[in-house]
Amino acid sequence: MLAFVIRRILWMIVLLIIISFVTFMIFSVLPSADPVLLRAGRNASPELVKSITKTLGLDKPWYVQYGKYMQNLVLHFDFGYSYQNNISVRAQIMDRMPATATLAFGAMIIWLLIGIPIGIFSAVRRGTWADKSAMGTALVFISAPVYWLGLVSLYLFSKDIGVWPIFDGAGTYPTSGNIFTNPVAVIQSLILPWLVLAASFAAIYARFLRGNLTEVLGEDYIRTARSKGLGERRVIYKHGVRSAITPIVTILGLDLGILLGGAILTETVFNIPGIGRLAFDSIQKSDLPTVQGTVLIGAFFIIFLNLVVDIVYAFLDPRVRY
Amino acid sequence: MAPLLEVKDLSVTFDTEDGRVQAVDKVSYTVESGKALGIVGESGSGKSVSSLTVMGLTRFFSNAIISGEVLFEGRDLLKASDDEIRNLRGNEISMIFQDPLSSLHPFYTIGDQLTEAIRAHRKVSRAQAMDRAVEMLGLVGIPEPRKRVAGYPHEFSGGMRQRVMIAMGLINDPKLLIADEPTTALDVTVQAQILDLLERLQRELDTAIVLITHDLGVVAEVADEIAVMYAGRVVERGQKDAIFAKPRHPYTWGLLRSIPRLDQARGDELVPIPGRPPSLINRPHGCAFHPRCPYVQPDHMRVVPPLEPLADDAAHLVACLLPEAQRTALWNELKAGGTPEEARARAGVTSAGPPVVAEGSQAG
Repeated sequence: MLAFVIRRILWMIVLLIIISFVTFMIFSVLPSADPVLLRAGRNASPELVKSITKTLGLDKPWYVQYGKYMQNLVLHFDFGYSYQNNISVRAQIMDRMPATATLAFGAMIIWLLIGIPIGIFSAVRRGTWADKSAMGTALVFISAPVYWLGLVSLYLFSKDIGVWPIFDGAGTYPTSGNIFTNPVAVIQSLILPWLVLAASFAAIYARFLRGNLTEVLGEDYIRTARSKGLGERRVIYKHGVRSAITPIVTILGLDLGILLGGAILTETVFNIPGIGRLAFDSIQKSDLPTVQGTVLIGAFFIIFLNLVVDIVYAFLDPRVRY
Repeated sequence: MAPLLEVKDLSVTFDTEDGRVQAVDKVSYTVESGKALGIVGESGSGKSVSSLTVMGLTRFFSNAIISGEVLFEGRDLLKASDDEIRNLRGNEISMIFQDPLSSLHPFYTIGDQLTEAIRAHRKVSRAQAMDRAVEMLGLVGIPEPRKRVAGYPHEFSGGMRQRVMIAMGLINDPKLLIADEPTTALDVTVQAQILDLLERLQRELDTAIVLITHDLGVVAEVADEIAVMYAGRVVERGQKDAIFAKPRHPYTWGLLRSIPRLDQARGDELVPIPGRPPSLINRPHGCAFHPRCPYVQPDHMRVVPPLEPLADDAAHLVACLLPEAQRTALWNELKAGGTPEEARARAGVTSAGPPVVAEGSQAG
């Protein structure tokens, strides 16, 4: 087990280096807006442009730039400084992380609380009209793009423009404080984004669990559980759901990893100052160090949670051994 | 005394997209306390479905239509409520299945799964239940049971897993144990051990057993009585000795001739039954065995044979339209080593054309 974890962590480092290199190459080789001109502003003098180019280190060949970046990253855990405003990328990511994490974990709790019971219900009552309408509704939410759903929810329920002004709308995330220091404001501003982000996931998880559980309920060991004379509730939960829910851990890990790297669409629609919003803004401004930082942090979460999933699996399924 | 289990005219039909599947068709049999009944037939003969119905497990198929009577100690289980039959399951009647690996839950320890079976029916503490589980594992011959209860199913061998299943089946001292192909998924050497175990436990615990198998060799060891099923019906039923000594149904002859025997010369080939089991949706008219029967007569394709006692043995019932004297003669010829054609010629049975449909071309 320990050898497995160490091997995986080494692999994670290799992968992150490859990803950083690829992101760097995409930015240096492919045409993009010139960060120097964006920084210099309108009608900048050639001297200013030259001096900014030198300050940002963009006059050096790409491999020198990449080498310098990696050196700072590995030795000092320094992600460089924004081309745009010279703020440390690390500080910026740390600053944005709480909003993204709160959005991701809150949405996860909601989609699990909604998706799992519906999935179980539908599997147990499969074929009934209740199952069919639940699965039909789920399909609608899976098909609805999150930005569309976000805009519709703002139009219907936000306090500023909503038909029924119930929840805080876009841009209400508090400028200071996080879920622990300023819970009321954070929760109020995140209710709509949580629901919007959770909707499609809840639908996917409900359908996934329904499929799994339907299959599991046809297994021989379910017949054994019934032939022991166990109550149907115990058969379904202890024997059925226990097996059917295990694969959910896998997709949950992946989904959470992706969201911790920034829910770009949701954060943009609701103007939440998270990693996704940071990535979106920095891409528009050709701010390579910030893009690089958000890409690496996103990749890290995906790879790391994959490892967590594999470790958790060994505890959930006694047949899995590393 | 009333028999422990009496199945009367049990029919089970499944409504499927392809049509109605008549899995069990007016099947009757009885099991006396402490005795063993072997139900023999090919796959699809309805032997498993009839037993699942006794356990009330076909209730979980919403498309199953069930009729007839299943009397357990005089009580009709088909009329029992879900709760009543659940109280019987695993307690008075229990069942073990063909594949012990897939029949045990992969995520729970053996001890967990055994104690759960006890605590579903008895108000005992976890520790007491665990003691009983260890005792049962010892009884079925699992070494170091105290240690092994903490193991998971995948850590056991196939034979050991089936022993665990048997321990689970017997843990509440049931009056009836239904064993559905308990040895089919096992190595031949392990098969014999499991059969010995079942026989020993039946003797020691005085549990009645219904042993479902496709293998007459298996019932030869354990059963007191044998019912041969074909296409959802019982075609021959009687004491084990009577069935082996003077079988009176052509299908039983086919089964007997297809098991290897040590007392036969090496050169004797095993004789497979030609053709394949009939479709249960479009069952052949008349005797369901007629497309595969070497001795078929024209009217056998129209008339359904009733299950009737033999003239000289009221406990031996056969559903065949051939006259009894002819069947006796045919079996004597077959026993002497003749082919069905030779037997037919010598016993004076006329041929109704080429009766045996070749593999794959069977109607229906």
